[in-house]
Amino acid sequence: MSSIGTGYDLSASTFSPDGRVFQVEYAMKAVENSSTAIGIRCKDGVVFGVEKLVLSKLYEEGSNKRIFNIDRHIGMAVAGLLADARSLAEVAREESSNFRSNYGHDIPLKHLSDRVAMYVHAYTLYSAVRPFGCSFILGSYDKDDGPQLYMVDPSGISYGYWGCAIGKAKQAAKTEIEKLQMKDMTCRELVKEVAKIIYIVHDEVKDKAFELELSWVGEVTNGRHELVPKDVREEAEKYAKDSLEEEDDSDEDNM
Amino acid sequence: MEKHCTDSRVKGVSTGTTILAAVFDGGVVIGSDSRASVGEEYVSSKTINKVIQVHDRIFCCIAGSLADAQAITKAAKFHLSFHSVQMESPPRVMAAASVLRDLCYKNREELQAGFMTAGWDKKNGPQVYVVALGGMLINQLVTIAGSGSTYIYGYIDAKYKPNMTKEECLQFATNALALAMGRDNASGGVAHLVVVTEKGVEHVVVPGDKLPKFHDE
Repeated sequence: MSSIGTGYDLSASTFSPDGRVFQVEYAMKAVENSSTAIGIRCKDGVVFGVEKLVLSKLYEEGSNKRIFNIDRHIGMAVAGLLADARSLAEVAREESSNFRSNYGHDIPLKHLSDRVAMYVHAYTLYSAVRPFGCSFILGSYDKDDGPQLYMVDPSGISYGYWGCAIGKAKQAAKTEIEKLQMKDMTCRELVKEVAKIIYIVHDEVKDKAFELELSWVGEVTNGRHELVPKDVREEAEKYAKDSLEEEDDSDEDNM
Repeated sequence: MEKHCTDSRVKGVSTGTTILAAVFDGGVVIGSDSRASVGEEYVSSKTINKVIQVHDRIFCCIAGSLADAQAITKAAKFHLSFHSVQMESPPRVMAAASVLRDLCYKNREELQAGFMTAGWDKKNGPQVYVVALGGMLINQLVTIAGSGSTYIYGYIDAKYKPNMTKEECLQFATNALALAMGRDNASGGVAHLVVVTEKGVEHVVVPGDKLPKFHDE
């Protein structure tokens, strides 16, 4: 659904006659151009998976990470303009650090998500600044409140989810996520499924090489957000690749 | 003209006082006497309430300059009520204690008041925190403060046990306050006690003549 908002789309401080702020919609398009990131909440934690496209063989492995640590217990996966995302990660870190300093305990994820969403929203009000061109998914785990997952988009709204996807293949990823019974799965089971989904939605033709970034926070990590350990990641990638081959084989049989 | 002084003798209306807070199995008891004095001689009020409610299940006891204590609790109440609406849940006792600590520490040069914050929250159950004069914050099971507290340290050390029942803890607190009020010039009046549990808040007032009497009274 593309429409040209000629004349009403030059600044975020202008509404179009049909009540839209085009700059914000264009910012969301920037997110749709980026590669996919997904976050899924299961019974005892949250798992993030990011399809990080590698544009050149000269890049050092692991550079330009798209999963950030916001606080010990909160992780953030991003899609869109990476520079904008980094700046928002810094904002989120300051918010949670200030909260701990003022109130003596970890910031609840809903509150952090509301605060960062308010910040993102502020940039959609004025013509002097442009909206942030990134969406991000925040996840945390607390032993009393359980796992939580929130997504914030460039318009400044935040939603709570059981599973969500952002980026170019978000529709395909959402379809795959809906097939999962995430409420009954543990993090260890989920990590393999997340890897599989990223492999499924990755477009081999248009984008060649990619790195899979996986992270989790849950009972398995004692409430700390961490990148998934090497052995678990390798097991998950192997499961993902094997599942894809099986599907290819079964396609051949059907023919 | 009142000259503000930072040594141990407080000018102006002060709460030469006895305050205490103790954790029992399922809740906290917070108690205080009710005397406000000017200098060492004049009792300006016999029925002041030093146990201030800062949120539904969180109370503060104040010792030191009464004006400072009221100003700080007023600011803390506002801050906590706003925080609790934003969080969409009652604030933690630790959050209340941190708010008070920040107020005390950032204004330490001008203020002269110390607090106990005690209450119940869903995450950690019953808790007692002490915010001392300069802004130190520590978590304890039982704590006493004020000029009258010096006379009952031995009693607290000997008689406090963790996980008491509500009735045992109330009796313990009443006895402690009565002993302090009996020996401290600057403490007296009635004993105000507040019991905070998950279910709610109960106020108990023990008038002077109903306080327990000890051997030489």
